[in-house]
Amino acid sequence: MIVPALSLARREVVRFFRQRGRVIGALVTPVLFWLIMGSGIGSSFVGGGGDYLRYAFPGTTTMILLFTCIFSSISIIEDRNEGFLQSVLASPAPRASIVLGKVVGGALLGWLQAFPFLLLAPTVGIPLTVSGLAIAAVVLAASAVFLAAVGFFFAWRSSSVAGFHAIMNIVLMPMWLVSGALFPLAGAYSWMAWAMRLNPLTWGLSAVRTALTPSDPGPFPLPLSLAVVTGCAILAVLACALTIRSEK
Amino acid sequence: MADAIEVRGLERNFGDRRALAGVSFAVRSGEMFGLLGPNGGGKTTLFRILATLLSPTAGTARIEGIDVEGDAARVRGRIGVVFQSTSTDKKMTAMENMLLQGAMYGLSGEPLRSRASVLLARFGVLDRANDRCEHLSGGLRRRVEIAKGLLHGPAVLLLDEPSAGLDVGARRDLREVLAGLRQDGTTVLLTTHFMEEAAVCDRVAILDLGRVVALGRPDALCAESGTDVISVRTREPERFRAAVAARFGGTVTVVEGAVRIERSRGHEFVPQLVESFPGQVDAVTVARPTLEDVFIRRTGRAFAEASA
Repeated sequence: MIVPALSLARREVVRFFRQRGRVIGALVTPVLFWLIMGSGIGSSFVGGGGDYLRYAFPGTTTMILLFTCIFSSISIIEDRNEGFLQSVLASPAPRASIVLGKVVGGALLGWLQAFPFLLLAPTVGIPLTVSGLAIAAVVLAASAVFLAAVGFFFAWRSSSVAGFHAIMNIVLMPMWLVSGALFPLAGAYSWMAWAMRLNPLTWGLSAVRTALTPSDPGPFPLPLSLAVVTGCAILAVLACALTIRSEK
Repeated sequence: MADAIEVRGLERNFGDRRALAGVSFAVRSGEMFGLLGPNGGGKTTLFRILATLLSPTAGTARIEGIDVEGDAARVRGRIGVVFQSTSTDKKMTAMENMLLQGAMYGLSGEPLRSRASVLLARFGVLDRANDRCEHLSGGLRRRVEIAKGLLHGPAVLLLDEPSAGLDVGARRDLREVLAGLRQDGTTVLLTTHFMEEAAVCDRVAILDLGRVVALGRPDALCAESGTDVISVRTREPERFRAAVAARFGGTVTVVEGAVRIERSRGHEFVPQLVESFPGQVDAVTVARPTLEDVFIRRTGRAFAEASA
């Protein structure tokens, strides 16, 4: 199972770097978003030390993960329409290796873009420490697996890219919007605060925030948030494996 | 020894629509077998069942004696499948596609690489092995697909409409590739709606509305009636058909606007026909029956009409 999965994951990475538009889109869009929102809201923001550019920094890493995982998921629909997927399904490679290959490939791509972005932290006054980077690296990896698996789960059921865009706008984007990336949990109305607590991305982002700025930590304790994100990632991968198992 | 492919009483329904209505045939080892039929005849449904991607409603299909439904995993290792839609990744090179395919079949390392090279060379694409598939012509890409399908040394190669989407030159080229496979003794089942492609096969089954309407060697099927086919272009085909039938008898039909007459010694019949209906015959051709004529005789419809 490992060889087919790794080969499929490698394909994701090779394909990605051969489509320049995707590289630019996934990397530049979130950074642009961060600079515009951060600089625009600037010091009007009262929470998080009063600097929005700094507050929005950790959430941008999640957004990079989200964008990359959406693009990777779209490739599942293209593979189905183009016939690549059929040839994999007709091979003796276990169904689960398809899930693993796609999810690991998508997650790796997200991580490879989100992690280097952390190196920009000093530009907004967030000092980098080895331990902070190491923890953030682990949390980003778990969040990336979770997002890639959620993307796979929905893309597998979508027959068209247009249909998947609807899911993306209804499920994936709102998940990021209420993850604490744009506003802190502390000041939200109680129903929103609950929605944020139920969102696995909030836990992931809380861990990244704590790792980067221990003086201004996320809303949840670090070990617990790491455990929640990892657990959700495993559950999401299992859900994908169950979905694909029924495919003839 | 079990037949390479054995299909018995295969049925498949999609809701109320019956795509396969009890299909049976067997393909011997080393045989090139064609499934010929109009679009919607049931070819692709049958193909997908053999490729383990669709379950039959009733009946059985076996590859080398292994049931495709009961033991799909074992069947998958024994079949090479080339789909109608291209399965090569266009962003990857021909060689990268081969290596990826090999990994799906548990092959790796040097043995995989050398086998991939041998196959790419055999199909004349080794010099393009490091070109991305998006830069290959449709015909070359199809060759890579077939090389991919043979990579793990399958007992049976399944090809779904291998010439779909290819231009005339590439189709001719593909027929040579198929002829090569036939000479090598590769067991091949291919679906097609091109007569010339079916004619390359050792045997063909003609499928229409989910049933096998003819089964046998292409030349034997064509010679079966012992007649020639005379095709007449005329202004009023229906009236002409009735007049010819009344005067000469025999099988006279109108197919795609032409009057079609089956007759032995057609060359002797043509002068009689033209003299009997002066001024009414715009054009006339005499030909040996083709698989298309076999189809018309068995179903009463032309291929194009059946596809519509």
